[in-house]
Amino acid sequence: MVHTSLDVVDEKISAMGKALVDQRELYLGLLYPTEDYKVYGYVTNSKVKFVMVVDSSNTALRDNEIRSMFRKLHNSYTDVMCNPFYNPGDRIQSRAFDSMVTSMMIQVC
Amino acid sequence: MADAALFEFLHTEMVAELWAHHSDPGPGGQKMSLSVLEGMGFRVGQALGERLPQETLAFREELDVLKFLCKDLWVAVFQKQMDSLRTNHQGTYVLQDNSFPLLIRMASGLQYLEEAPKFLAFTCGLLRGTLSTLGIKSLVTASVASLPTCKFQVVIQKT
Repeated sequence: MVHTSLDVVDEKISAMGKALVDQRELYLGLLYPTEDYKVYGYVTNSKVKFVMVVDSSNTALRDNEIRSMFRKLHNSYTDVMCNPFYNPGDRIQSRAFDSMVTSMMIQVC
Repeated sequence: MADAALFEFLHTEMVAELWAHHSDPGPGGQKMSLSVLEGMGFRVGQALGERLPQETLAFREELDVLKFLCKDLWVAVFQKQMDSLRTNHQGTYVLQDNSFPLLIRMASGLQYLEEAPKFLAFTCGLLRGTLSTLGIKSLVTASVASLPTCKFQVVIQKT
């Protein structure tokens, strides 16, 4: 499911092209009518894509909450990049990053 | 400005340190040290390429990325903008700095011309690293005709 959403993200990026570009792309993609999941995408200038899958039964999540979650994710990812022991392209093994993500998920559920 | 001086001193020490422990003073050893410096700049550039554009809007094309390098990156690292950016519109860009901060303390003119490349290697790597995070593979070389003016040539590698 995540792979399909990645394809949609790529579509959106290439469509954005010449038009007014907002770096933050927030979209609602109901990929399969049977499964009720909402998928949000966010692309950074370094072409890193964040995909968030949310259970539709959680209707309390608002637009700006999703945006702030993505912003936090972006900040933590930047911190991981700046870690001299981290080689870009590797799997992220930073405990700080993991704990930030976990605390964000707990907040929402 | 205190911050600028800190980086300049650190950079000068880095170069001095690499050259002090030269086991092979010939051209082979020189190349080794230059590529170590360039590699350091590359890793720093990669991290900066992630952090600096965080609040900016997405880059629409290559030229935007180069302009970002000349303005935002240069201001962040050297507290000044690049003086000129030229391109042949076929993947080659020449960035010129008329008073490069890492060279300006040394001399004005042709003195120390042979020493200049050592002090440019790190910055070449910096440019290459930032470009690589932003999705552009490139080759960066620097040339000095007379201090403290220097030119950085960026050639985009099309894969």
